[in-house]
Amino acid sequence: MADADTPGFEIVGREDFSPATYSLIIRHPLMARAARPGQFVIAMSHESGERIPLTIADFDREKGTITLVVQAVGKTTKEMQQTCQVGTTLYALVGPMGIPSPLGTAKKVVCVGGGLGVAPIFPQARGLKENGAYVIGVLGFRSKNLVFWQDHPDIDEVIAIGPPLMMKACAEVTRPHAIKTMVSLNPIMVDGTGMCGGCRVKLGDQVKFACVDGPDFDGHKVDFADLIMRLRRYAEQEKTAVQRWSENCRMKDQIESEGTLAQAEQPLFDAYAYNELIDLFDPFEQVKGG
Amino acid sequence: MTKKRTIRSIPQQRTQMREQPARERVKNFSEVACGYQLEDALRESERCLFCPEQPCVAGCPVGIDIPGFIRKLGEKNFRGAYEILTDTNLLPAICGRVCPQESQCEGVCVVGDTLEPVAIGRLERWVGDTAIAEGWVSIPYIEPNGFKIGIVGSGPAGMACAADMVKAGCEVTVFEAFHQPGGVLRYGIPDFRLPNEVIDAEIRTLRKLGVKFACNTLVGRLFTIGQMIDEMGFDAVFIGTGAGYPTMLGISGDTLNGVLSANELLTRCNLMRAKDFPNYDTPLPVGRQVAVIGAGNTAMDAMRVCLRLGAEKVHCIYRRSPTECPARAEEVHHAEEEGVEFHWLTNPVAVLDDGNGSVRGMRCIRMELGEPDESGRRRPVPVAGSEHDIACDLVVFAIGTNANPIIGQTSRLKLNKRGYIEVDEHLATSMVGVFAGGDIVTGAATVIEAMGAGRRAARSMKDYLHIRDCNLPYTGDGSSATKCFGLDMREQNFTRVYAA
Repeated sequence: MADADTPGFEIVGREDFSPATYSLIIRHPLMARAARPGQFVIAMSHESGERIPLTIADFDREKGTITLVVQAVGKTTKEMQQTCQVGTTLYALVGPMGIPSPLGTAKKVVCVGGGLGVAPIFPQARGLKENGAYVIGVLGFRSKNLVFWQDHPDIDEVIAIGPPLMMKACAEVTRPHAIKTMVSLNPIMVDGTGMCGGCRVKLGDQVKFACVDGPDFDGHKVDFADLIMRLRRYAEQEKTAVQRWSENCRMKDQIESEGTLAQAEQPLFDAYAYNELIDLFDPFEQVKGG
Repeated sequence: MTKKRTIRSIPQQRTQMREQPARERVKNFSEVACGYQLEDALRESERCLFCPEQPCVAGCPVGIDIPGFIRKLGEKNFRGAYEILTDTNLLPAICGRVCPQESQCEGVCVVGDTLEPVAIGRLERWVGDTAIAEGWVSIPYIEPNGFKIGIVGSGPAGMACAADMVKAGCEVTVFEAFHQPGGVLRYGIPDFRLPNEVIDAEIRTLRKLGVKFACNTLVGRLFTIGQMIDEMGFDAVFIGTGAGYPTMLGISGDTLNGVLSANELLTRCNLMRAKDFPNYDTPLPVGRQVAVIGAGNTAMDAMRVCLRLGAEKVHCIYRRSPTECPARAEEVHHAEEEGVEFHWLTNPVAVLDDGNGSVRGMRCIRMELGEPDESGRRRPVPVAGSEHDIACDLVVFAIGTNANPIIGQTSRLKLNKRGYIEVDEHLATSMVGVFAGGDIVTGAATVIEAMGAGRRAARSMKDYLHIRDCNLPYTGDGSSATKCFGLDMREQNFTRVYAA
């Protein structure tokens, strides 16, 4: 039953960074006003879609918009990549969810954004900088070699957001130095309001819900092995869904172009190399050098 | 002049209600209980003795005038029966289906002392369904009084409060975090017990009365309760956010893939329509064998959903005996008919890993009943050495819920030790103008109790805002309680009478 009082959420901007990543700018003045760094939304692109969590990468209180950065990995995000153009609407969008990241009193913070983690780390880094902290940004972190440790012996906190393996690696690196490390967890979610327990994560011997107790947690307490295992719960269904969807697309394109298969292979936008993503979206230009 | 009815003159047998046969119904999500036809309803209405004690009215958590609506039904004044029902209970089609009548009205029915009690629930459901089919909505002229009311949560408590306040002339907005309203009625109770069409019809009625539903709104995060009162211009707020936070099993293996709460299973199936996967994107694989832990209504729903989603075997694991089982009698009966295997006096000990992080089975232990605990029920104690394994691919736990934490996290409302909102006897919270009711106050309970709380909170809100409640007779001038300045007080289409 459509709810006539809130008829969808309009997409007012869109950028494609690479064949697999894109951003959506959505008009939602109330959410732009309420959003704080570290929070996320749950979105459905159409009535029969899934509910998926997406971090709020940016919010503009004057324009009344929020920005979501999406990586096309599965059926829903790939479908959204095609259908979510400027002028279309999302069927459902609720947020800002989660406890806002505690910006705290840390004086020197390292913000590590791996892959898509670059997006959510940006408002946190900005918030910390506004609070007067000295922020060091690290992007696309892959190796355990942290050369800069030697230059900065007085780091108060590390914030790491990215794929679970990356966050786990960061936590292991900082553990011997006993530096507080906050991570932002990304389990599978359904309702996002704390009533299903699908997003539960293990912290030592405690169980917390990432949607209402997180999404930020102490990286040294998180059981990453458990999180990674639980993220694979629907791997089979995910694979089938993408296969079925690609076949549908291919068949649709085939029908539309009267039998020529080549059309389906054409990319929807110019491809950017992954490294150039950093040039396009470098949030630390002002931050470097404190 | 009708002959007075006696226990011997009324039809002795309770009128049967058609149900889908068990073997058929485990393959579909259509309603199991098919409801009465007109003749059935008329015949069953003849069984009411219209006894003077009327224990059924007291047995009902909201005090519906049960003999009243049954009398109208018997006189074939069906619209009149609907009016009497909706005077107290706005959702008869829903309550007739989900109320545990055996422990409420029907449990104290005088006829039930000798024969089977009058099937009050079935009659209520019949009237509610007829009203939906005929499109009856009584929309009186409602004089707006300019007060703005915010309702947080579109479940039964919120809906009941919204209906009362909109009828009193207020501008009512109901906020719902999900993309569809209905709360636990929508995500929790499956279609074969409470079809979505019935919920939609009731919501349509509320919207015709003027209630606005704003979905995709997470109160507490998008804006706070404090902001509603201070900045957004709400004169009063009712919180009915429910108690959905599931209690975890707390045994080894409870975070394995294939262990999920009944809430997650039901939300995926009912709200996200995983039963129509892959036409709907949300998946819900149930495997071949399912073990459901718990024996309340939520557990029964989870078991029967799993059967319909293709599980070959569904086990119910409950640590007490059938006597202590808290589910509605009809649901247990239906679950048994559908082939659920009940393991009474059994407790889970550990969920077993198949080596890949998924469930391969569950280790359980037998229990025996010992001394009673604080709730009065005999406490189960494990029988040493009775561990045994049950093979299963899915473990669903329905062992209780706790308060939803979001409002507590984002407001200064006083909470009790267990996280529920503290209220006084008028359902007023520690914040002025903010009221709360339903599961968020009492802990998990029933739909009718939530509705009763919504109505009580509405009465308190009207007192707080000094809106005169037209349901109460005017006793000012001492003369007739039902007439005032020549106007019949039972006419509920005005809100203020100014004495010159």
